[in-house]
Amino acid sequence: MIRSTHLPLMVTLATFVLAFALCGWQYPSMLSTRVVANLLTDNAFLGIVAVGMTFVILSGGIDLSVGSVIAFTGVFLAVILRDTSIHPLAAFVLVLLITTMFGAAMGAVIHFLEMPPFIVTLAGMFLARGAAYVLSTDSVPITHEFYDTLQDIYWKAPGGGRFRLIGGIMLLVFICGALVAHRTRFGQNVYAVGGGGPTARLMGVPLARTTVGIYAISGGLAGLAGIIFSLYTSAGYSLATVGVELDAIAAVVIGGTLLSGGYGFVAGTFFGILIMGLIQTYIVFDGTLSSWWTKIVIGALLFSFILLQKGLTWATITRKRTATGSAQQS
Amino acid sequence: MPATTPSLFKRITPQLLILAVVIGLNFLVFPDFFDVSFRNGRLFGNLVDVFNRGAPVALLCIGMTLVIATKGIDLSVGAVMAIAGATAASLVTDGYGWGTALLGALATGALCGFWNGFLVAVLRIQPIVATLVLMVAGRGIAQLITEGTILTFNNEGLIRLGAGTFMGIPTPIVIWLALGTLATIGVRRTALGMLIESIGVNEASSRLAGINSRVLLICVYLASGLCAALAGVIVAADIKGADANNAGLWLELDAILAVVIGGNSLLGGRFSIVASLIGALIIQSVNSVILLSGMPPEFNLVIKALLILAILVIQSPRVAHLIYMLRASGPERLPERQRPSVQEPKEDAL
Amino acid sequence: MTTPQAPLLHASGISKFFPGAVALDEVELKLYPGEVHALLGENGAGKSTLIKCLTGAYRRDGGTITLDGEDIDAKSTAESQELGIGTVYQEVNLLPNLTVAENLFMGRQPTRLGLVNRRQMNTQAREALLGYGLDLDPGEPLNSFSVAVQQVVAIARAVALSGKVLILDEPTASLDRDEVDLLFGVIRQLKDSGLSIVFITHFLDQVFEISDRATVLRNGRVVGERLLADVTQHDVVTLMLGRQLEATVQDRKAGKPGALLLEINDLAKRGMIEPFSMNLHRGEVVGLAGLLGSGRTETANLLFGAVQADHGKMLIDGREARIANPRDAVAQGFAMCPEDRKTHGIVGDLSVRDNIILALQARQGWMRPIPRAKVHEIAEHYVKALDIRLASLDMPIRLLSGGNQQKALLARWLATEPDVLILDEPTRGIDVGAHAEIIALIERLRENGMALLVASSELEELVAYSTRVVVLRDRHQVRELTGDEITADNIVHAIAAEPEKGAA
Repeated sequence: MIRSTHLPLMVTLATFVLAFALCGWQYPSMLSTRVVANLLTDNAFLGIVAVGMTFVILSGGIDLSVGSVIAFTGVFLAVILRDTSIHPLAAFVLVLLITTMFGAAMGAVIHFLEMPPFIVTLAGMFLARGAAYVLSTDSVPITHEFYDTLQDIYWKAPGGGRFRLIGGIMLLVFICGALVAHRTRFGQNVYAVGGGGPTARLMGVPLARTTVGIYAISGGLAGLAGIIFSLYTSAGYSLATVGVELDAIAAVVIGGTLLSGGYGFVAGTFFGILIMGLIQTYIVFDGTLSSWWTKIVIGALLFSFILLQKGLTWATITRKRTATGSAQQS
Repeated sequence: MPATTPSLFKRITPQLLILAVVIGLNFLVFPDFFDVSFRNGRLFGNLVDVFNRGAPVALLCIGMTLVIATKGIDLSVGAVMAIAGATAASLVTDGYGWGTALLGALATGALCGFWNGFLVAVLRIQPIVATLVLMVAGRGIAQLITEGTILTFNNEGLIRLGAGTFMGIPTPIVIWLALGTLATIGVRRTALGMLIESIGVNEASSRLAGINSRVLLICVYLASGLCAALAGVIVAADIKGADANNAGLWLELDAILAVVIGGNSLLGGRFSIVASLIGALIIQSVNSVILLSGMPPEFNLVIKALLILAILVIQSPRVAHLIYMLRASGPERLPERQRPSVQEPKEDAL
Repeated sequence: MTTPQAPLLHASGISKFFPGAVALDEVELKLYPGEVHALLGENGAGKSTLIKCLTGAYRRDGGTITLDGEDIDAKSTAESQELGIGTVYQEVNLLPNLTVAENLFMGRQPTRLGLVNRRQMNTQAREALLGYGLDLDPGEPLNSFSVAVQQVVAIARAVALSGKVLILDEPTASLDRDEVDLLFGVIRQLKDSGLSIVFITHFLDQVFEISDRATVLRNGRVVGERLLADVTQHDVVTLMLGRQLEATVQDRKAGKPGALLLEINDLAKRGMIEPFSMNLHRGEVVGLAGLLGSGRTETANLLFGAVQADHGKMLIDGREARIANPRDAVAQGFAMCPEDRKTHGIVGDLSVRDNIILALQARQGWMRPIPRAKVHEIAEHYVKALDIRLASLDMPIRLLSGGNQQKALLARWLATEPDVLILDEPTRGIDVGAHAEIIALIERLRENGMALLVASSELEELVAYSTRVVVLRDRHQVRELTGDEITADNIVHAIAAEPEKGAA
């Protein structure tokens, strides 16, 4: 059953299928499991952070701090594994706690001080990036056998593609994210807040708990993405992942989630990530195109989806107007 | 509002106080801070550096103040800086004169601003979303112009805009002071300022009063684009090259911060360009304190973040209301002076 | 519904004060079990304040409320909901982006193993709505349904949560006839099941169709409680609008209207106002009468270009005028003080001085600022002429009282020296003194040759200053009264008259 709210998701899906088909038509070797596996591996951290961003944007907010939080997590892990002898798993738990608390604190400031999320998370972005600098300004390599163990986990598909652990974790996060968003009371509350705070409050939605929870999830997932990123690069660097928040926002919007909140699907974000990854892969395959085209194409896609959403909203309003317009004969 | 001298002074008093404190800190950690020397026809000194290094943010915050006054925001200025710098650099490397390069850069900036304004005023897209498009795509466009390299040049005229002097004063300082003055006069000696404020406070009422809000909104984003272009040219001239990746990186955030420190509400309405400019100087002075105190520059961002938080908490309507309630209940216990950036709670007299 | 036992809900002596205004003055409301009780009154009469006091959205300043014989004092809408008082508002207070079922079950979703059981939720929602005669897919988002269906969903939610008293605040304002029937079917069904319903609306036909009893409010006081079986529409309109001032002014129509200024030919906008025609001369005041929702405000907005007409034309001094937006209107010599002062009139944070000069400055364009001395002169002049009371011209206008804000808005437009001044509810929500001054001002402007169009729900006022009155009903122009015909009685008759079916 196709519903009007599903339309942006359908467009995303169609865009992805079409783009993939075009790529495959031009470069048949792109249709290999290797490319697909790399698509998942290379975008694992971005995908995870985009799930958190989906929650934030669904609630009508924005989180600019995630890129910095990823960098902080990487540096924190690298430094703590270099300077102490604690097990990486313990370090993971610790860093996840820190980043979740950090997100929750931002959510609390946003809710209780009634400040715009944009500016609060901007401060959070400076703070996390600054904390990363304070820990270390150099790139710190991570050399721990546990990392090697984790990095060696993969499933080799026919055709030579290696589906690595981090890609799998991303898929798991997407599945959990979708479950939370669509099948829990908390998820319902997130949509409710995005649909309208005052009305949601009247309907008994606990605004404080929901808002704090949303930013805690985003912070926690940024922490997880940081762990994944450190597994991906085997290093922590405070200048890494600059601008990832923009990529995440773009993926969410291209995935069909309305930037003003209330409408969208976690699954859409997944395809948003894949589309963005595909653009990069295509440019690599082409070889003559320069990397900056990625940004331009993503910007253009972003613009088209914003326009599409604007058009849909506008169409809904017009339809309503016509409906009430016919009410005059009474 | 007619910007009569006493009221303007009163408006910017807190910003001046903060600036004085930060400058004082500079002096404490580095007693030679105020030493200014004149060598090779140019002013030297740490104070001069603060004014010089603060030029890009100062320029950006002029346009940003106007945009924020209309209840908008322009996230794209950093990217526009990169585009404009790239345009100027590629024009001079193609053999055009510095004048043409400057005009070309300004035209690109204006075009970017117009695009933003069109999305906001005509297509009615939220400003934060509308300007995000160019923020994402802008650096790609800049790289398209520089073809992925850092485009270096040695055109004397263009370099003078960033590294030269005018009557002994570094050119960037002259430029931002001149543009700031021009903009202030431009909005206060015409009715522009009042009309912009009116749109920011209540666009529906303003339109019903016959204000052409659409055109004004476009103009405001256009102005922001122009300011960004000028800042972009200065930054490029300073390093004698256009770096599409790093020119103006995160400066949109500094510019917004300067406007907020200047006591301008993010919710639009009354604004003061002078206060924003002082805000830009405060940011640069903070950078300078960190540098001169020998504290590792790593702390720069952390301190900046804490500064934003502190200012935001003071500006928060909720806190303002709390202060208001406290004052109402216990007038003797609290200091008389309330920070003017605090908005009064909007309790209409029905 | 004739034998009142003890009332289910009894509010007595309810008072509510706002700074500088009495919103409710010892209001009494008795709601009997199983009745539909209409709450009537023009805007500002205190209906919504009363509702807010009943539901705990406002704390009352005096009086008692008993429900089932027990004193209640709800501190929030959530608390009153638990006590059994549910409310449904005109703007449906549900979330348009969620599905029907999600809206119905928000906060009490059926779960299994901690996960929301969507299938069960949808089944239950479908069954619940079938009980209201709605057969629909509850998995569709709420905003894909008509407002009427949304209203029914809101009612279903309120009844499920509360279940003793249901307050319907203008639920029919934007519904067509079939939708109203659907809603009324639901209301009757609920009434039969023993629920007591408070019904607020501006449509008198609907009041008589569905309600048993009515309480009429006027200026924060109860002016009457009637069993509707015993009274006519005419009686109710008289109660609502009042007519105490009837005999006051009579011979002010001595002034003869001047030259023809404005001709309006069949101006219309779908869904807002049916074709509307009239002429306006210099030196005359045309009153626009009608109940709320009759098209008064819509007509004013159309003339001023705030809304663009899709039919008809306007001639100014015999030449066709194209007015696409307020800017065009101002350029053609129009001026308008809108109904909603706060959101469409004042620019709250700007100073009184800026607010007064705004329209004139906007017309001159930003390039030609009005010199400061001139601004001061104009502002001072109008502050004196209109007796605007303020501490300083530099204070933000939002700090002024309603009456003074209105005068400042009048000053804004008078400064542009308009030919046509449109006033929409010029005296709403302002104190008695300012009220009289504004009426006197209207007279004065007319004598000076301005053409005025005044929309108002205050009949005595209209009678007092109008040289002609156009009566609107259900978005149609139904009558034009001139000369001695202009009496409150005649206006009430025109408003209350049943529309002839053929003509409508």
